Amino acid sequence: MPGLEDLYREVILDHYRSPRNRGELATPPATRAEGFNPLCGDEIVVYIDVDDQGVITDVAIGGQGCSISQSSASMMSAAVKGQSVDDARRLVSAFKAMMSIHEGEIGGDGSGSNDDAPTEAGDKEPVRLGDLEALRGVVKFPVRIKCATLGWNTLTQALDEAAPRV
Amino acid sequence: MSLRPGIADEFPVLTRLVDGKRLVYLDSANTSQKPRQVIEAISNYYETINANVHRGSYRLAVEATAALEGARARVARFINAPSASEIVFTKNSTEAINLIARTWGHTNLGTGDVVVLSEMEHHANIVPWHMLAAEKGIELRWIPVDSQGRLVLDSLDRLLDGASLLAITAMSNVVGTINPIAQLAAAAHEKGALVAVDASQFVPHVATDVQAMGADFLVFTGHKLLGPMGIGVLWGRRDLLDDMPPFLGGGEMILNVTKEGFTTNEVPWKFEAGTPMVAEAVGLAAAIDYLEELGMDEVRAHETRLTAYALRTLTARYPDTIKIHGPSEPAERGGVLSFEFGDVHPHDVAQVLDQAGVCVRAGHHCAKPLMRVLGVPASSRASLYVYNNEADVDALADALEQAADIFSF
Repeated sequence: MPGLEDLYREVILDHYRSPRNRGELATPPATRAEGFNPLCGDEIVVYIDVDDQGVITDVAIGGQGCSISQSSASMMSAAVKGQSVDDARRLVSAFKAMMSIHEGEIGGDGSGSNDDAPTEAGDKEPVRLGDLEALRGVVKFPVRIKCATLGWNTLTQALDEAAPRV
Repeated sequence: MSLRPGIADEFPVLTRLVDGKRLVYLDSANTSQKPRQVIEAISNYYETINANVHRGSYRLAVEATAALEGARARVARFINAPSASEIVFTKNSTEAINLIARTWGHTNLGTGDVVVLSEMEHHANIVPWHMLAAEKGIELRWIPVDSQGRLVLDSLDRLLDGASLLAITAMSNVVGTINPIAQLAAAAHEKGALVAVDASQFVPHVATDVQAMGADFLVFTGHKLLGPMGIGVLWGRRDLLDDMPPFLGGGEMILNVTKEGFTTNEVPWKFEAGTPMVAEAVGLAAAIDYLEELGMDEVRAHETRLTAYALRTLTARYPDTIKIHGPSEPAERGGVLSFEFGDVHPHDVAQVLDQAGVCVRAGHHCAKPLMRVLGVPASSRASLYVYNNEADVDALADALEQAADIFSF
């Protein structure tokens, strides 16, 4: 069985103690989205400002919850600030893949078989997760995956609203 | 001190090790563990009887029917119901409350009629009434709860004025508060309201007498009472049950069916469409036998002692860190201890405790309105039952130290 040191890494506790980009942004111009984990009552609010070029110029995080949901949202905010919406979406996919959630596998957009996927993905730079790698240990605690992905799902909602996919 | 020597060994799962550590089960308010007697009663039923009930003329079918109806009579005696015909088997407490709302409520309540609840209800005793409110336009009123998790009864008469039903828990699943049901029932009846009691947390822990309580309906579930999952109980006054329309339609609940329509069976079968949970009923009866052999008064005394020990131990070990919700007086509460541990989130508390083999629940405990009153989004909850003793409380207290270490800020 995995130990607590796999879960509560120092960088996670640091983001939990001192969350980055904590607060609110004025809406509009910012877009606001809320996410809930009905299981434990955790709540994340994500605000993003997206400019004409499709760049996320500012991010703010509100809400409350456990160390994993809050630190994950904090790291996410630091990682996507200044990124383009497209890069942020790629980061969401890469993070969820690390959490063993592969959204393309079920449903998907029906545009191609799985065989085509690696080629397409291979054309792009691999996404660098940086500090977010610290959350990799969460996979060993399946109940907590929902905590780690709460902020990311909420970010996706905000991105969909601010910059609808064409 | 154990309720009786070696009692934990009578529960096979409690002999299990978790990573080499003793399993410390402190989540009985969620579901209880099962003694060997209950597990054997269920497997014995399948090994020696199993047949469908009320419809076969052969030996097995007769014995299966006797087992089901015997369990019904056993339940009736356990809660001092006047007649076994007033015992309706359901899937769980939730289904039993939905049955009341969908049949009695649907028939008797309309726009502007009032159902009174309390702020400490489980979602199971809130959402069915919200659903009825959306459909029928009934009004919901709420008995407030104070910061110690006790009902505030100053405005009870006003709340009950013109009410048709008081639907209330006998014991909070979050903070353990035991409510004065007999007093509340008398006040409700004075105003012409019926009383439905959610006794899911009460019946497993305190001797229950539905007639002395003055209840009109009472529900509980088997799995919190050492019995199997999948069986619950609705008790209702016979005259009320007789007047209520059926719940689900199908076999068993009819006397006759034609192409034009149907006539309903008598109570309780009127409310039991389809093949019932016979093995689960047998398991429930075995659980009741087990509890009565222990003695419900001894069960309550043991849990009150252990609750007092837990309140004392946890506050002595962590005077500045722990805040335990609910009444401070053990006699006013059951063995349900919801707590905050410093700033450590309940989810993290439960995770750290799990590593030490200690099982507690974290979250809002399906009682979000109460959590709002307590001013917290979630809590950790340790809950006690017949197989727990002081060593389990000590294990909880020890394991909390690691939470303090990891989240020391």
